[in-house]
Amino acid sequence: MIDRISDAFRFDQQALGLREQRQEVLSSNIANADTPNYKSRDFDFRAAMQGALEGRMHLPDTHLALTSARHIPGKATTPNPVELQYRQPLQPSLDGNTVDMDVERVEFAENTMRYQTGLTVLSGRLKSLMAAMQQ
Amino acid sequence: MPLTSIFQIAGSAMTAQSQRMNVSASNLANADSAVGPDGQPYQARQVVFRVAPSATQPYGQQVGGVAVAGIVPDPAPPRMVYNPGHPLANQDGYVTMPNVDVVAETVNMISASRSYQANVEVLNTAKTLMLKTLSIGQ
Repeated sequence: MIDRISDAFRFDQQALGLREQRQEVLSSNIANADTPNYKSRDFDFRAAMQGALEGRMHLPDTHLALTSARHIPGKATTPNPVELQYRQPLQPSLDGNTVDMDVERVEFAENTMRYQTGLTVLSGRLKSLMAAMQQ
Repeated sequence: MPLTSIFQIAGSAMTAQSQRMNVSASNLANADSAVGPDGQPYQARQVVFRVAPSATQPYGQQVGGVAVAGIVPDPAPPRMVYNPGHPLANQDGYVTMPNVDVVAETVNMISASRSYQANVEVLNTAKTLMLKTLSIGQ
């Protein structure tokens, strides 16, 4: 029963988590608007969301057991669904910085709105579930 | 937790920008200081920023705040002003004045203050989102 409830909210949870992560990337771009050679980063939300939904069954990170000091440590990790990419600069500046403040702020505002939308939808679903429980 | 790290990112940017403003203010204030404690004219300083990613992020995927990598002296040559009546004038009548570019420093100051404001806004937005997240389902 409980896992069905958590299944029902998994989509919203993933979406909010990714929105939160994108918010962090965008705020890092805004913070580094004056850092020389900083390259503006972002990720494709649709691809990240698909990756997160397909990767539900992902395995925990695996390490190889080392029995000698000369063994090479092996590690198998599931790739992160979020793959950071570089933004194409429209007006690159002389110091190698590719942050376009207008673009970043628009994306930041849009991401904020979508995060709040996600919160509202999640709240609504929680409320309807509560209402069903109290019938 | 990304929302709390946004506080750290925006906060570090605000610290860095205010340091840049500080240095800019010092440059502007000393634009005419012909002699300093070492007997030399004041030399303009510039702040150099660098990214400060948090330690746990995988290689190539780092995002993070800003840190001041260092404050470097401006290599521009000093301004020579013809003023034979000045006590520090050389035999040709020129006084060595600081290499501060007043217009560039003013622009620097405005740019720093705008960046600071942008980060304050980021911080406010993150705060609002966090408070809204805390009230899910109420």
